[in-house]
Amino acid sequence: MKYLGIEPQKPKIAVFDFTGCEGCQLQLLNKEETLADFLSAVEIVCFREASSLCSDDYDIAIVEGAVSRNDEVKRLEKIRETAKVVVALGSCACFGGVNRLKNEFDLKAANKEVYGKDPKETINVRPVKDIIPVDIEIPGCPVSKAEVESLICHVVWDSPFQLPVYPVCVECKQRFTTCLFDIGQMCLGPITRAGCNAPCPAGGIGCWGCRGPAVEPNYKSFFAIVKEKGFSDIELKERLNFFGAFGEVNVS
Amino acid sequence: MKININVDVHHLTRVEGHGNIKIQVKDGEIKEARWDIVETPRFFEVMFKNKHYTTIGILAARICGICSISHCLCSIRATENAFKVTIPETAAKLRLLAKHGETLQSHLLHVLFLAAPDFFNEPSVLPLIEKKPEVIAIAARLKGLSNRLCDTVAGRTTHPVAFQVGGVTMVPQKRHLLGLRDELKRSLDDLQIVADLFSSFTLPNFIRETEFVSLKGEKEYPFIGGSLISSDGVEQKEQDYRPMTNEYVDKNNTSKWSKLSRESYAVGALARFNNNAQLIHPKAAEVAAKLGLKPVCHNPFMNNVAQLVECVHVVHEAIRLIDELVESDPGETMAKVTPKAGEGVGAVEAPRGILFHHYKYDKTGRILKANCVVPTTQNNANIHHDMKSLVNKFGLTKEMTDEKLELLCSMLVRSYDPCISCSVH
Ligand code: SF4
Ligand code: SF4
Ligand code: SF4
Ligand SMILES: [Fe+2]
Repeated sequence: MKYLGIEPQKPKIAVFDFTGCEGCQLQLLNKEETLADFLSAVEIVCFREASSLCSDDYDIAIVEGAVSRNDEVKRLEKIRETAKVVVALGSCACFGGVNRLKNEFDLKAANKEVYGKDPKETINVRPVKDIIPVDIEIPGCPVSKAEVESLICHVVWDSPFQLPVYPVCVECKQRFTTCLFDIGQMCLGPITRAGCNAPCPAGGIGCWGCRGPAVEPNYKSFFAIVKEKGFSDIELKERLNFFGAFGEVNVS
Repeated sequence: MKININVDVHHLTRVEGHGNIKIQVKDGEIKEARWDIVETPRFFEVMFKNKHYTTIGILAARICGICSISHCLCSIRATENAFKVTIPETAAKLRLLAKHGETLQSHLLHVLFLAAPDFFNEPSVLPLIEKKPEVIAIAARLKGLSNRLCDTVAGRTTHPVAFQVGGVTMVPQKRHLLGLRDELKRSLDDLQIVADLFSSFTLPNFIRETEFVSLKGEKEYPFIGGSLISSDGVEQKEQDYRPMTNEYVDKNNTSKWSKLSRESYAVGALARFNNNAQLIHPKAAEVAAKLGLKPVCHNPFMNNVAQLVECVHVVHEAIRLIDELVESDPGETMAKVTPKAGEGVGAVEAPRGILFHHYKYDKTGRILKANCVVPTTQNNANIHHDMKSLVNKFGLTKEMTDEKLELLCSMLVRSYDPCISCSVH
């Protein structure tokens, strides 16, 4: 059976990095207990961070990072021409990620502040889907390796693949974490898509929404609760804006 | 026959981020020998502006996917120094334990997955899965352990979640720490096998005298905070990092360059070892002696060895820290934090070298100005100058080919374990 035009055989995979921290790629080399199996199920033909070989013959392009320079636009267009499936890996690729916080500043002034009289080329940060069509998005800052593995299984064996539709709260409660709202902190868990196993509430910093909205989040009642608990619109907006994953949601 | 060589590496592989090597030898004369960083800048120092202090550590971690724990710890230290906060002892111990996990994780990734393939004449670690399964099994085991250590103490290896200004917000369970302690003990045998493997490799015999900059250990081999030292005898306080780093912009690079007493200086495992060898754990010192690493060593390829030596050190230190942590009651792990207007600097030894974050706050705890000086930023000029010297020493012989010189120069860059997206930030 074909999936997006690919025969179920060892798919040729290429990994590319754009503007980001490369932490998502690193997850591909993690999960040591299944690493060998993972690598034997696929043929990695290009993965600059891990290998000196690179071929232009690939089925799946895994793209990490956002776009913040014109040469990156051209590189992406070439990748789209070659690949049958383009996967956006991580919050930078899916939404622009934290890099998007740059867009709130005047780029000329920003450049002057960092580089003085030798400015470097830079454009407003955009997610991959703003440049080329993307077939599959795996959000997360960083991505969960388990999700990447199930995506690969899906492409190779056509096993079902779906990001969780429910919010982070579900996973958070399964871990028996004390709800942060009960100790006076904010958390985007009720409106954010699960799949990360809720590490941030467990660590005490609350969810910052790196995986983007859950399916049909109830923004209205969530915002009402946040306000009722005494948080300001600015605090809420800053959190929603942090990974660029909630677009132009209106908090009032 | 006149020697003509051209090396043009666009986006060097098996390093983090995007850098180019360009070498041109014409009629036996070096016309060009360059290492340039072309990574897209993200402007973190601008993004920090006007953000609240509670979010800065979370944002700072995203500068680098490999050393996110160092960036987060350095960032919150800068804020704590600005607000004059002293963190509880247990919090300091847990931060250091996570730091050791990161050092182990990052060094192993570099030594075994990124650098080692060159010594086996392979393009990547992938063919080694079949050819050297025993080495790969050890690599996977050690890396798995270091990730579990970070996950347990920092809440997550990439982009930690347990560290906040004032202390730590998560205390690992004693039984998890004791489980890790057993694994750490066992990992020493694996590390010994890796050290034996490294003693069978021949590293290029290349020396270029340079200056080494790091934290200065007082009683312990240094990782978090303290004064600064260079092998040329310069000493500064943590907050006086600017006259130590002297960053400037190079027109061919999106990463800045740094210098101190000479045209360039180096940071990283080799610099730390060169400046603090007397403080390294005796068992790590044994490995150093066996692998021929003595201070002050000016062979950049020996950074691989220094990283391995530090792996042994941090495993022993992690075991000691766990012993201390399980023996005592954790007590308070968060200090009270009150934002103040003012400035603070944090200096932390990230795996690839000394890292500085410097913030200026307004009285509500929002950032007015930020500056970060990152390890690879400081190494880039040194790599660039090494390159020319390396070509001069090995490149001008009849036996040299484009391919051989490309490999040698690539290995030079990889020895520094550059973290390029981090260096541009
Ligand atoms: S999504 Fe996060 S972890 Fe992934 S590349 Fe971007 S900043 Fe790094
Ligand atoms: S801490 Fe956050 S994720 Fe967990 S239950 Fe509360 S709101 Fe939901
Ligand atoms: S808890 Fe929230 S911020 Fe943390 S990983 Fe999950 S989705 Fe991202
Ligand atoms: Fe900087």
